[in-house]
Amino acid sequence: MLRYLAQRLVAVIPTLFGISLLVFIAIRLVPGDAITTMLGTEAGMLTETQRASLEAYFGLDKPVIEQYFSWMSRVLQGDLGYSVRHGKPVLTLILERFPVTLELALLSLIIALTIGISIGTLSAVRHNSMIDLFGRLVALTGLAAPNFLIGTLLIYTLSVYFGILPNAGDYTDFTENPLKNLGQIIFPALTLGFSFSASVMRTTRSAMLEVLGQDYIRTAHGKGLRPRAVIFGHAVRNALIPIVTLAGVELGYLLGGAVIVEKIFALPGIGRLTLNAISQRDYALIQGATLFIAFNFVVINMLVDLLYAAIDPRISYVSKK
Amino acid sequence: MSARSDSAGELVKEPSVLRRLLRSRSGALGLVIVVFYVTVAVLGLLQITPYPPTEQHRADRLQGPSSQYYLGTDMFGRDLLSRLIKGSTNSLYVAFSCVAISGTLGTLIGTASAYIGGTFDNVMMRIMDVFFAFPAILLALLVVVILGRGLDKTIIAIAVVYTPIFARVARGPVLSVKEMEYITAARCIGMHHRRIVFFHVLPNTLAPLIVQVSLALSWSLLTEAGLSFLGLGIQPPEPSWGVMLSESQGISEIAPWLMIYPGLAIMLGVLGFNLLGDGLRDVLDPRMKRLR
Repeated sequence: MLRYLAQRLVAVIPTLFGISLLVFIAIRLVPGDAITTMLGTEAGMLTETQRASLEAYFGLDKPVIEQYFSWMSRVLQGDLGYSVRHGKPVLTLILERFPVTLELALLSLIIALTIGISIGTLSAVRHNSMIDLFGRLVALTGLAAPNFLIGTLLIYTLSVYFGILPNAGDYTDFTENPLKNLGQIIFPALTLGFSFSASVMRTTRSAMLEVLGQDYIRTAHGKGLRPRAVIFGHAVRNALIPIVTLAGVELGYLLGGAVIVEKIFALPGIGRLTLNAISQRDYALIQGATLFIAFNFVVINMLVDLLYAAIDPRISYVSKK
Repeated sequence: MSARSDSAGELVKEPSVLRRLLRSRSGALGLVIVVFYVTVAVLGLLQITPYPPTEQHRADRLQGPSSQYYLGTDMFGRDLLSRLIKGSTNSLYVAFSCVAISGTLGTLIGTASAYIGGTFDNVMMRIMDVFFAFPAILLALLVVVILGRGLDKTIIAIAVVYTPIFARVARGPVLSVKEMEYITAARCIGMHHRRIVFFHVLPNTLAPLIVQVSLALSWSLLTEAGLSFLGLGIQPPEPSWGVMLSESQGISEIAPWLMIYPGLAIMLGVLGFNLLGDGLRDVLDPRMKRLR
């Protein structure tokens, strides 16, 4: 297992290197010089000498390759740069916002898996019944409805029919007031959760249909096991692999911040931080945040790979030489 | 392949792809919706709308659906139906352009990568992996940061997102087809690589790509709507479904039709391309047939 972990770690290094290169190049491709992009309109007030000393300070007078390596070495030491707009280091900003995104991601994943796996399983077990038809309809709608539409509809319904304004007021931390925090985060989580439950439902249904057709399921039925024991003890566990893959990919995306949903519900997460950075042209923050999100994604995918072994004993990462 | 042999060994004509598609319920429904949308988009392109889509009727702001304005008006008194029609033109234009660009580029990259193989393949696929590490909307946003906002830039941004997906989809089948005997035969008779790829490899790997085109169209519609919703895609006053939904925010409590119709338009459009993609998969690629 450790050896496999080491192998995987080595394998992701080129990807991580590529990501850093892409982010670095992307920011350098932005039209205009770096000082102007960093300071915005304030840059117009700089004198030539001030500009030159700033360029020297940020190492912008050095060749591009040298700039990349010095940036990378700073990143590896945990220095993602400094956001002039916020007056704070980029890493501090990201770490301040990350708990919100993490909470939202985990909660929506739980919602999606609960809805998706239960309806998907029911759909497969009662194949071609009314429940199956209903499940497939819900899945199709969920796949076709963008989460910003679901979010907008949810806000509309809550405010018009229930007098609740889910996107109003300042965000409260979980540690400060757990109940108020949950009240604020549950609706965006439901929005994302419902959106994602559609693909979980579809995947569960087709994986379960495949498993239910296997010989060992017939054997289990044949030896007199109760149907519930067959489904939960034999079928669901074997159908889990594709669902875990899907959930892993989705978690990676969700940890990148659900840009749109965070914006609609005014949640101060990573996604909204990045979006604001984009509209304020805060390039240090854009660079740091995108790097953080992509790194997260790669790491989560690696963890999902390792999780396979825990679910499916047939997959073994120990070489049998 | 348009003919197959039956049990007696006689050649019988296999029904065309369209006929088989129409026989599957989801495929037929998808096709109907897509044809409907394309027709509406053409109407918008020819400027056949009840009113000019950006014309403001100040006296008739936020009117509900009526015989004068079939779907009502928005906060500037613009006719919602006209904007919806022109919005379909813009949304579909973006989606089709994105898929044309990313489909061509991705297929070329994936095919070349698999056909050449070795280190080249490895390097290309690692580069694609880098793109996969970014959530779609974030990657599109990154491109918007570099290029700026607007219709054409939105197209490039979304094309960048979907090129790696096409590359991956195209690569798989080429890997197996290039090991086939007829490819070896083509090589043995000294055929040029370019000719082998375009005349022998590509035509035999098209099925999954065609399915992918339909699915990518639905994702492109969603991504464009998302970008425009955030104010970073198609720029107002030019309508698109995303722009219209974004404009409905805050006033949907008093004018729900501003949210409902563009929302329905997006959903139905995405549903249409999804169903068409599923139907095409069943018809073109029996191995990938979904379990029913």
